[in-house]
Amino acid sequence: MFMRVGLFIPCYIDQFYPQVAVATLQILERSGCEVVYPLKQTCCGQPMANSGFEHLTGGCNELFIKNFAEFDYIVSPSGSCVLHIKDHLHSDQAAAPALAIRSKIYELVEFLTDILRIEKIEARFPHKVGVHQSCHGQRGLKLSQMTELMAPAFSKPERLLKLVEGIELIELDRKDECCGFGGTFCVAEEAVSVKMGKDRVTDHTLHGAEYITAADMSCLMHLEGILERQQSPLKVIHIAEILNAGRQESPSPDKFSNA
Amino acid sequence: MSANHKDHAALAGQFNKDEQRVDWHDQTLWWVRQKRDKAAHQVADWEQLRETASAIKNNTLSRLSEYLEQFEEQATRNGVTIHWAADAQEHNEIVTALLRKHKVDKIVKSKSMLTEECHLNDHLEQQGIEVVDTDLGERIVQLAGEPPSHIVLPCIHKKKEEIGELFHRHLGTPEGNADPQFLTRAARLHLREKFLTRRIAITGVNFAIAETGEFVVCTNEGNADMGAHLADVHIACMGIEKIIPERRHLGVFLRLLARSATGQPITTYSSHFRRPRKGQEMHLVLVDNGRSVQLGREAFRNSLKCIRCGACMNTCPVYRKSGGHSYHTAIAGPIGAILAPNLDMKKYADLPFASTLCGSCSNVCPVKIDIHDQLYKWRQVIVQEGNAPVAKKASMQAMNWVLSHPSVYHTAGKAGRWFMQNIPFAVNNRLNPWYKQRDMPAPPKESFGEWYKKNKSDKNK
Repeated sequence: MFMRVGLFIPCYIDQFYPQVAVATLQILERSGCEVVYPLKQTCCGQPMANSGFEHLTGGCNELFIKNFAEFDYIVSPSGSCVLHIKDHLHSDQAAAPALAIRSKIYELVEFLTDILRIEKIEARFPHKVGVHQSCHGQRGLKLSQMTELMAPAFSKPERLLKLVEGIELIELDRKDECCGFGGTFCVAEEAVSVKMGKDRVTDHTLHGAEYITAADMSCLMHLEGILERQQSPLKVIHIAEILNAGRQESPSPDKFSNA
Repeated sequence: MSANHKDHAALAGQFNKDEQRVDWHDQTLWWVRQKRDKAAHQVADWEQLRETASAIKNNTLSRLSEYLEQFEEQATRNGVTIHWAADAQEHNEIVTALLRKHKVDKIVKSKSMLTEECHLNDHLEQQGIEVVDTDLGERIVQLAGEPPSHIVLPCIHKKKEEIGELFHRHLGTPEGNADPQFLTRAARLHLREKFLTRRIAITGVNFAIAETGEFVVCTNEGNADMGAHLADVHIACMGIEKIIPERRHLGVFLRLLARSATGQPITTYSSHFRRPRKGQEMHLVLVDNGRSVQLGREAFRNSLKCIRCGACMNTCPVYRKSGGHSYHTAIAGPIGAILAPNLDMKKYADLPFASTLCGSCSNVCPVKIDIHDQLYKWRQVIVQEGNAPVAKKASMQAMNWVLSHPSVYHTAGKAGRWFMQNIPFAVNNRLNPWYKQRDMPAPPKESFGEWYKKNKSDKNK
C-alpha cells in the first residue's frame, strides 16, 4: 500500500532533538512510506491553548492545515502535540480539511501499530529500559491501558519495544504516573513539577533502568533536565531512537552535538 | 484562612520545603488509591457501574427542579421541615435562626462539606455558638484551627505525633503519647460527653431520594447517627445536586462511593433518615450556592454529578505533592479546581492551572466527570474573562505571532535561539524557574529543519 505521509515535527524536537526527528523519518521510510517534511511548519499551538489562549491559535491552525491537508496520513513523534491537533484543530475557512486532519493524524507508535501493523523491527538495543507513559499519549490517545480502569492490559509502545533485539524492559512501582512536565505548568508550578519529575526518576533508578523512554519528548526533556542536574548516569531516549537503534544509518545524538 | 492572598503555586512551594513530608503525604494517599484499585477490581462490572451512575446523575441534572419538588413534597409529607437557601449566607442564617428558636448555643455537627463550603462554623462562632465537629478527622483539624485538607480524610496532612501533641494540649492526654488507638479512645470519651449534652445536631447528606423523601448519611464512625438520635432537633444540610430520583438507584452509588473513597466495600454506616421520631424535629436545608449557575454552564454542568468521594484527589499527583491547603478552598484537588471558579472566578483563577491535565482524575471518577477536560475549558474561560496576568497575555500573543509566521520562526536564528528566548520553560536566564532544579540541553549544531534541507531537500518541490 503506497502512502504519502506528512512528517509533523513539534517545534521543540526540531530545535533541540533533531536526532529524534531523523529516527522517525528513517523508520517511516524503511516501512515503505513516502515521507515529506513540510518546511514551513512551526507549532501545533498547544502551548498557547493549554495556557488558556486557545482563541489565539487561529494562525497556527491555518498554517497547520496549509502544511498538512494534502497527505494521506500525518505522523509525529509526540503524543501530546498529536492529541492537541486531534482534539482542537479547527478553522472557519477550512472546516472540512481541519476535520479530515484530525482523523488522519497519528502519533508514531500508534501509526506503526494500527496502520502499518508492524510485526518485526530490525533494531538492537541491549539495555535495561523503563517505559514512561506520557499522559497525553496514554490517557488521551489510548496507547496503553490505564491503571485506573478495570479493563484488560495492553501497551502499544511496549509491544513495539519487545520486538527490539537485546532490550530488557524493567517494572515500575507506578506504571503510569505523570512526570509533572505539563507545558507551562513546569515553570508556573516549579516546585510540584520538579518533585513529580524527581519521583518518576527515582522509580526508574530503583528498578535498575539505564534508559527512560517515552513516546513524548517533552516529558523526557523535563526528566533529562532533572537527571542532568543530579548528575545521574540514567539517560533518556525517545522510543523512535530505540526502534531505529543499532543500524548503520541511525544518527547518534552526538552527530548533532555542539559540544 | 490567612493564606488566601497566595496562589496554589506559592502555597505548594511552601509545602514542598519539607520534602520528606511531601513523600509521606504522597505515599499515604497513593496507598489509598491502591486500596481503591483493589476494591474496584473485585466488582465484575466496575466500568459499567460507573457508566450507570453517570447516566442516573445526567438524568437527575436534566430534571433537577422536578426531582427537588418531588423530594420536598415527599419529605414534607414525612414530617420533615424543608428550607431553601439561595446561597451560603442564607443557609447560615436559616441554621442560626433554628438554633436561636430553640435557645441553643452549643451543638454537635457530623461531616458536611456543604457547611465547610458555606463557612458555617465561622458564622456560628461569630454568633457565640459553639460547634463541635464529631468526625474524628474533622475534630482534629478543628482543634488545630485549620480547615480540612481533604473532603474524605480531613486531617490526612497531620502525622500521628502532631495529633498526640494537639490532644495533649486540648484534651489533656499524656505528653508524647501518639498511639492511634489510645488517642482515638481519648477522642471517643471527649465526644461522648458532647453527644449526651447537646440538644441540636447537624449532619450532612450524601443522597436524598426524590421518590421517598428520605435522605442517606454515610459515615464510618457512626457519629452522624449518634448526634441525630440523641438530639431533640436534627438539622441536615445538603447541596441541591445530592438528589437521586429513586431508591433503587441508591445501591449503584453506595457500591461506588466507599470503594472509590477508601477502598472499603461499603461505608460502615449508611443511615436512612425518613421521618423525625416522636417529639423530635427534623429540618433539611437545601442549598443552591452557585449550583444553578453551574447547571447553566453547559461545559461545566456535569461537575454537579460529584458524590464527594475524593478519589480524584488521591490519584492526583499534583494534589498528593502539594497538599489540600494549597488549593485555598473548601473542596481541594481536581474536583475543587473545577467547582471553585464558578463561585469566584477571580479568587480561584489559579486552580484550573494547578494541573498537568494528566487525566487520571477523570478515569477514577465514579460518576465519570470529565474533570481534566473541564480544567482545560476553565482555563479558556478564565483568560477570556480577563483574569490572566497582563505579562502572560503579551508573551502569548508574541509567541503566537512568531509561530503563525514560518519565515519569522525559521529566520529567528540558529537552532534553539528563538526558542531559548521565547518559550516559557526554555528561556535561558537564571530567573527562569526551569533552571532552579533542572538543566536544558545545549541547542544542537543544526535543527531538524536545517538537516532536512541539506539531506532531503529533493523531497520538497
